[in-house]
Formats: sequence, structure tokens, C-alpha cells
Amino acid sequence: MLYAILCYHDEAVTTCWSKEHEAKVMTDLGVVQERLARNGKLGPVARLMPTTAATTLRKDREPAVVMDGPFAETKEQLLGFYLIDGESLEEVLEIARDLGKANPGGAYEIRPLMMFTPGSVAV
Amino acid sequence: MTDLAFIDKALVSARPRAVAALLRYFRNLDTAEEAFQEACLRALKTWPEKGPPRDPTAWLILVGRNVALDQTRRARRQEPLPEGDEIADPEVSEAELVERLDEAHYRDDVLRLLFVCCHPELPATQQIALALRMVSGLSVAQIARAFLVTETAMEQRITRAKARIAKADVPFEAPGPVERAERLAAVMAMIYLVFNEGYSASGGDAPMRAGLCDEAIRLARLLLRLFPAEPEMMGLTALLLLQHSRSAARFDGNGELVLLDDQDRALWNKGMIAEGLALLEKAIRHRRRGVYQIQAAVAALHAQAVSPADTDWDEIEQLYGALEALTPSPVITLNRAVAVSKAKGPKEALDMIAPLEAKLSGYFHYFGVKGALLKDLGRNEEARTAFDRAIALANSPAEAAHIRMHLDRLAKEGARAG
Repeated sequence: MLYAILCYHDEAVTTCWSKEHEAKVMTDLGVVQERLARNGKLGPVARLMPTTAATTLRKDREPAVVMDGPFAETKEQLLGFYLIDGESLEEVLEIARDLGKANPGGAYEIRPLMMFTPGSVAV
Repeated sequence: MTDLAFIDKALVSARPRAVAALLRYFRNLDTAEEAFQEACLRALKTWPEKGPPRDPTAWLILVGRNVALDQTRRARRQEPLPEGDEIADPEVSEAELVERLDEAHYRDDVLRLLFVCCHPELPATQQIALALRMVSGLSVAQIARAFLVTETAMEQRITRAKARIAKADVPFEAPGPVERAERLAAVMAMIYLVFNEGYSASGGDAPMRAGLCDEAIRLARLLLRLFPAEPEMMGLTALLLLQHSRSAARFDGNGELVLLDDQDRALWNKGMIAEGLALLEKAIRHRRRGVYQIQAAVAALHAQAVSPADTDWDEIEQLYGALEALTPSPVITLNRAVAVSKAKGPKEALDMIAPLEAKLSGYFHYFGVKGALLKDLGRNEEARTAFDRAIALANSPAEAAHIRMHLDRLAKEGARAG
């Protein structure tokens, strides 16, 4: 079954990271991701730009309204996601724990996918 | 167990909002700063055991405020406090405080704190030093290193700045829309100053001062999160990111400045460029022109060019024209002339800058540009005279070295010709 691991962290904290810390987190995460990829568990991985780069389209009215900034004003922001092909929730939680060791702080929300279309974008 | 490195990062990131809120309570920079520091010490004691609180910033404000109130009470031998109900009510729980401190509250607090730091009575260097100390939380030693002065000198500079502000009339009521816009403009100018302090550094000092660029970007992002719909705030953040994206390519192995045309574009930071372009794209949707957006648009054209020859100089010339219309200045005209020389040729550019000479007679770049244009036209003798003037006006060894390179090339050509 496919699961999304949605990564939440306080952006005010992550944008304070030093270059060295950032590089270390990325290297450590890379090690975990490589292992997952080798075992055929890893789907697409995305890291999002800071929420200051976000634009929100409120479509609950007509005409829809474009607003600057993220949809939700939360203390912790959605900063990225992984797609994981896992046997069970337990296995995905274990993977999330491994990722969390490489990148402590914040939270991972694990959400099973209802549908997935790989799309046609060549990246 | 909470990891100490994590606590440290949480304290650094909470600092601007916490100190800003404490400044609103105590209306004094020193008290606010000491209250915050005291709260940090307590955080380091209690968080490792109990784990960090749900909202570290609110916790730090609450604890800092209570500690400072206790000290004030003790100092005044339990006399009742003359201030309003806000500080006479120490029973507010963290949860209630979180409710009170919504984003709009923080917004005006942080803006006020930054605005206080860039008080017009303070010279630019004091504004920057104070902001780095109060808002960014850099140590006096770190700031002293960045400004290439002794720690004692920097300590004095910051103390003087604080004393001046204590005497000045700082507005503590919530600002109206016009006032808020004015404060934002002053603060943006100050953030750009911080950036340029780091950006204009060269030679052996450059690595030490480059941290100022990162700090300026952090401040810009902080403000942009608080004012997410301000196109100029997006423009400023984009400008800083786009300029800073080139930092790895701007100096050679000897610390000498490498000009844009000669930079290895593979060294440019693609992540910063992408973010800068995204912010600029958002800003332009608002259709409210501003100086930072236009400068960011110029930087964006450079960032998108795969080679110097690929640069859209016509568009850059038009952007400088737009900038001239907003804020006429001979320096901007000089920049436009550089674009004209690339798009149309050196003759047109030279004609454009001739009338600027009276106003820019003490400006290094004027004579650097003039010399280069004359050289392109083969008027080597006049070029040499202009370059000599430029060297005499150079602001840094790197600038002088760059002009000397031009003179060496002229000398070589002269030797070949002769």
C-alpha cells in the first residue's frame, strides 16, 4: 500500500539552520532514502520552498480569490513529503522513525493514499 | 530528553518575536533583552527534562516577563507598578498568552523592534549593529568580527545606540496603515544595509562578513512571513536571494573579486535563484512597482542568462529606466548606461554618462565605467586617465586591484602596438 509521509516543522527553526547543519541533515536523510530506494520502497520525494513562496487560491467563493502565503497559518508548516510503498503502517512508522533520527524536530504525518497517478512530468 | 542543539535552535528562532513582545511590555531595550536571556537560561534548565513547551516563543515571553517583573518588584520594594493592566497581571497562563499573541500582534511587535533599531537619529552602522544584537541575537564578539572592530568598540557602539533610543520618543501604540507602511520601508532599507555590509566585503574579510548576508535574508524572511502580501517585501527578499545566489562564484582562490561576466555560473546556487524567481513572480502579480522589485527583476535576468552573451540587456536597460523614474539618481543612470553599452554600444553609453561627471566626480564606479567604455572605443590614453582616477577613489583593495588589471591590459596592448 502507498503511504504519504507529510513533513511538518517550524519554518522559523528550519530557516535558522546553519549551512553545516543543513548539509548534515540532507546527507543523513540521503542515507536512509538510498536504502529505501534499494529495497523498492521509495516513491517520489519533494522538499517545498518556504511558505513565503506559497500562493493560495480560495475557491469556496465565486470568483475564486488569490491570496499570498500558505493556506493554513500553523505553528508548524508542511515543508515536504515522501511517498512510501509499505507493507503495513508499522513498517512505515519504522521508516518515519529512521527519517526522524536523521532530521529531528517537528512531526511526520503518515497518511495512506487513496489514489496515485504518476503523471507525465519529466523531472 | 530534549537535545540541547535543538533547544538552541528553538531559542534563536524564537528570539525576534519574544524580544519584540517583551519590548512592548517593558518599553526598554535592556530590560527586554535581559528578560529574554533569563528566560533562555531557565529553558536550558527545564526543557531537557520536561521537553520543550508546545509554544516555545510564548513560554519564553511569559517566563521572561515574570522574571523581569519579579526583579522590578524587588527593586522597588513591592511598590505597586505604575504600568497598565498588561504587566500587572502575572497570572496569565501560557495558553491564554498564545491566544492573545496572534500573528497580527507579533507582526506589529517585531516591526516595532526592528523600527526602533533603525531609528533615524542613529547612524547606519549603529542601526545595523543594534538590529544584529537585538533581533538576530548575534553576540557582541560576532558583530565586532563582522565589522572588523574590537569587541570593546562594538560594545560601546551598541551601548551608545541603546542610550540614544532610550532618550528618543518610541511609539508604542499600534501603528495605523500609513505609519505601518513607513516603518516597513525604513526597516526594509535597514535590512538591505545589513546585506550590503556582507555583500560589499572582499579579500580575507569576505568569509567573516558573508554571514551578514545570511542574517539579512533571515530578517527579510521573518518580515515576509509577517507581511505575506507586501510586494516590496517579496521584492526585497527575492533581491537578496538572487544576489546571494552568486556568492560562491564572486571570489577567486585569492579572494579577488570576480565580475559577473567572468563568473562560473555553475557555482550559482540554483535553490536560491528558484526561490528568488518564485517570490518575484508573486510580487509582480500585485502590479505595484517598487524599487526592490525592479532591482530583483534585474538580478533575475542575470540569474536566468546561461552566459553573459545570453543576457537580456534591452530589458535590463528598460528596468533601470523604470528605476530612474521612481527614484532619479545619477548612480542609476550610470547603471542604465552599462546596460546601454551592452545593448547598443560604448559610444551611446559614453554620451549618456558625460553629463553625470559633475555629480559623480568622487565616485569610483563612474570612472571605472568611463575607463572601460573609452577602452572599448580604442581611446586608450583617455581610458588610462579615467582608470587612474578610479584607483584613487577605490573603496577597497579589491576594487583597486580590479582597475589595475584593466591598466595592465592597456599597458600590454600599448607594448604590442609600439
